[in-house]
Amino acid sequence: MSDAKLKQANSRVVRRLLATTVLMFAFGYALVPLYNVFCEITGLNGKTGRLTDVEAAETTVDMSREVTIEFVTNVSSDMPWEFRPLQSTIKVHPGVETMVEFEAINIAQYEVTGSAVPSVAPSAAARYFNKTECFCFSQQSLAAGETKVMPVRFIVDPGLPQKVKVVTLAYTFFESLNTAETAPQLATPPPS
Amino acid sequence: MTFSKIFGSRTKQAVVAAMLALPASASAEWGLNLPRGVTPFSREIYDLHMLILGICVVIGVAVFGVMFYSIVAFRKSKGAQAAQWHESTVVEMLWTVAPFLILVGMAVPATKALIMMEDVSGADMTIKVTGYQWKWHYEYIEEGVELYSTISSDSNVARRLDSGIDPNTVQNYLLDVDNRLIVPVNQKIRFLTTAGDVIHAWWVPALGWKRDAVPGFINESWALIDEIGVYRGQCAELCGKDHGFMPIVVEAVSESDYAAWIEQQKSESDQPVALNIEHN
Amino acid sequence: MSEAATHDDHHDDHHDHHPSGLMRWITTTNHKDIGTLYLLFSLTMFFIGGIMAMVIRLELFQPGLQFVDPQFFNSMTTMHALVMIFGAVMPAWTGFANWMIPIMIGAPDMALPRLNNWSFWILPFAFTLLLSTLFMPGGAPAGGWTMYPPLVLQTGAAFPFLIFAVHFMGASSIAGAINIIATVFNMRAPGMTLMKLPLFVWTWIITAFLLIASIPVLAGAVTMLLTDKFFGTAFFSAAGGGDPVMFQHIFWFFGHPEVYILILPAFGIVSAIIPTFARKPLFGYSSMVYATGAIAFLSFIVWAHHMFTVGMPLAGELFFMYTTILIAVPTGLKVFNWVATMWRSSMTFETPMLFALAFVVLFTIGGFSGLMLGVTPVDFQYHDTYFVVAHFHYVLVTGAVFALMAGAYFWLPKWTGNMYDEKLGQWHFWTSTISVNVLFFPQHFLGLAGMPRRIPDYAVQFADFNMVSSIGGFVFGLSQLLFVMVVVKCIRGGEKATDQVWEGAHGLEWTLPSPPPYHSFTVAPEPSSIEGGMR
Repeated sequence: MSDAKLKQANSRVVRRLLATTVLMFAFGYALVPLYNVFCEITGLNGKTGRLTDVEAAETTVDMSREVTIEFVTNVSSDMPWEFRPLQSTIKVHPGVETMVEFEAINIAQYEVTGSAVPSVAPSAAARYFNKTECFCFSQQSLAAGETKVMPVRFIVDPGLPQKVKVVTLAYTFFESLNTAETAPQLATPPPS
Repeated sequence: MTFSKIFGSRTKQAVVAAMLALPASASAEWGLNLPRGVTPFSREIYDLHMLILGICVVIGVAVFGVMFYSIVAFRKSKGAQAAQWHESTVVEMLWTVAPFLILVGMAVPATKALIMMEDVSGADMTIKVTGYQWKWHYEYIEEGVELYSTISSDSNVARRLDSGIDPNTVQNYLLDVDNRLIVPVNQKIRFLTTAGDVIHAWWVPALGWKRDAVPGFINESWALIDEIGVYRGQCAELCGKDHGFMPIVVEAVSESDYAAWIEQQKSESDQPVALNIEHN
Repeated sequence: MSEAATHDDHHDDHHDHHPSGLMRWITTTNHKDIGTLYLLFSLTMFFIGGIMAMVIRLELFQPGLQFVDPQFFNSMTTMHALVMIFGAVMPAWTGFANWMIPIMIGAPDMALPRLNNWSFWILPFAFTLLLSTLFMPGGAPAGGWTMYPPLVLQTGAAFPFLIFAVHFMGASSIAGAINIIATVFNMRAPGMTLMKLPLFVWTWIITAFLLIASIPVLAGAVTMLLTDKFFGTAFFSAAGGGDPVMFQHIFWFFGHPEVYILILPAFGIVSAIIPTFARKPLFGYSSMVYATGAIAFLSFIVWAHHMFTVGMPLAGELFFMYTTILIAVPTGLKVFNWVATMWRSSMTFETPMLFALAFVVLFTIGGFSGLMLGVTPVDFQYHDTYFVVAHFHYVLVTGAVFALMAGAYFWLPKWTGNMYDEKLGQWHFWTSTISVNVLFFPQHFLGLAGMPRRIPDYAVQFADFNMVSSIGGFVFGLSQLLFVMVVVKCIRGGEKATDQVWEGAHGLEWTLPSPPPYHSFTVAPEPSSIEGGMR
């Protein structure tokens, strides 16, 4: 190969490989939405579905079947809240809209804001667990010592696989970053 | 356990030494091999482990055997002349297809075991396990009973840097807790694992599995313990400074003892607990 | 050959005037100089990472904490991994590539000499950043080399240093990979067709593509960590709607190809050494090439086997189990081919051959434990125990590092012009091979018996095997000093090496004088002198 041709060939290879590098870097970021789509299909990370009231009204009811729904709650270890379901288990027919309640208490001496994330087990049930009303993902503020009851309305899709008899709905409250930083440093590890 | 309580740690050391000298019997508690465990799943896993290990050993002996034979037989110093052939499609195909078939043979029981593990349905009770830096929190969902479990204080003192305490003198060093997880035997227990800060993993080898505890998410697994006893484990996912110091102790008791224990916990508990709408 | 047979590597006068002394090394664009720099850098890092391993084994010598606190212990495991992977093994392979690829394919130099200089000199900078964290408030990173959030976000002042060090290491690797691909694609001597390339070149080409496809994904993942920590994004924070498990998926999408980046060039070196000392062509050259390609392809669809316990749908677990155990097929083929090469050969056992033979046996043991780990239900027991530690050290120490040692002994006479001290080399081999098994084999038992990895202290029933393992570790660490002695002695002098060096050696690099002239193959070799890669 002549020098000029070699130079040309080299810069072509470099250009292509650099483009691949950039592409793969972008692919790393593209994995984020891809992962979310993947999770929605498989229920992998237990994210639940959402329904509008109209859609809810259209869901058919399956009275022949009963599913046990179990509620569990968590509070991130650095958050000074108590948080519990007001019912630990409940039996529902798929397709029937049901309301349950959760109670949060701010035991700190100052206002705390947080938001809850849901998770469903088994993951295969997640896409059949649809909520029409939920406090999750939106910011909830409680004044010092305040108690708040928060409702969740949900419908279990009749398409839920037959072998699933128990569905667990978990909520975890995390303190919002902005309030976590301004809050006075108060050591509130989970009581032991 | 009770064994060392009775005989003291020196006896225990002697026993350890004796056990090491006798690998056949060493599988008891500090063995060379996986424990068989006390659940149907853990025994399934054990059998699978032995099967694959056996296959690997057989293949290893065959391959290394041919290799060492070559090393001994085909030495230049012994006047060996090198052949010059360097390929054979038939032979190469053969040792591509044969391993593939062996793998299929392994995949069948593995798939069966996995399907068994992932079938959480029909559980008799649910225990929620939450990992914190560095302790475990257990909730008996149906009963509304909860407890925290941290490393026992004598281990916790002895494990400090330059504590001056010989770990051999501490009962179940690093594997003992203040509050044990009490469970009944012969009940299918569903475990929900999650965490309050970073990722942990809940692992008791005798149950046959470990499962990550991820903050914000819950994971399901199950165990059906069929022998009364105390089973110990540890956190298995790096979770910071004291990752090595958050042991797990599961005590499996008879169903009647469990019922009595639960009643006692309920009466002692002055905290309001979540109400059951349904009576199970 | 137009080259005069003088071995003047201080200056030459028909290309450029390069400075002497330190400036020569800083400004060099010569592939041999840069190869030497890479190799010396890697050897230095091997000892720095080795000292960290010694701290780990010292603390684990007995139950109880005697020397370091748990936080520092975690820093040691984290830094040991980062230094060994990114500082020792990867630069060593790039060093071998720089030295050997041009003279194996009959090229005068690497395609992009100036980029080559840059890609090396980024490395000392990156590792200064990384190692400086040892002296920072809050200590060095201690969340494991896998950097799982949320734990890694608890890292103190060291955090941005960790991220940028990883970025720089990645940039260096990508630049090196681009250079190698350009060199092999455009600089091969006439007659050096792809299917005549030595296997070391083939495995490196495939490695280079793995680097370019996987390192940018790691760069993306650590950038997300950085913005999560400092700029309020929530890629991996459940609180903000993200998912910490997603990091593990992205990380291992990089991480599994990375494993093969560390081991594929080793396959190439062993495939060069065994035929040389067996005096018989490599069995199944083309199936070796295809098997390497198959392994590289599979490496992109097996990543979740590193995280079976994280909880995924049954179908996912099955998929990743099947693809993972499938890797045993092409890998097994390689081992069978090496053994077939030895069959009816005429072997001698110089140090490079000894290391290569040990590689075949011990890497295969690591492969067996890898197969066991790939079976999902059993992995629920093995995962994150010392069984895993034993597995990847068999693959990376008696695999990658042993192949590096084999390659170093193989080519040291070519590089320096002097034979190394064979007796010392044999001592190095036997002490290393015995001690490395004393070090890592008992760790299988520890893992099976229930000892988790990454713990600074353990229950007393694990004491005996840990003590055995530590003793093996100390001996292995010390025996590596023998290697330094061998290298220093060999550079200083010794019996003069012939051009061919080894009786059974074939390939273009052995047609050059030992050491080769500073500029070699300025005129392409005769096509008739190119024999093909199976020799």
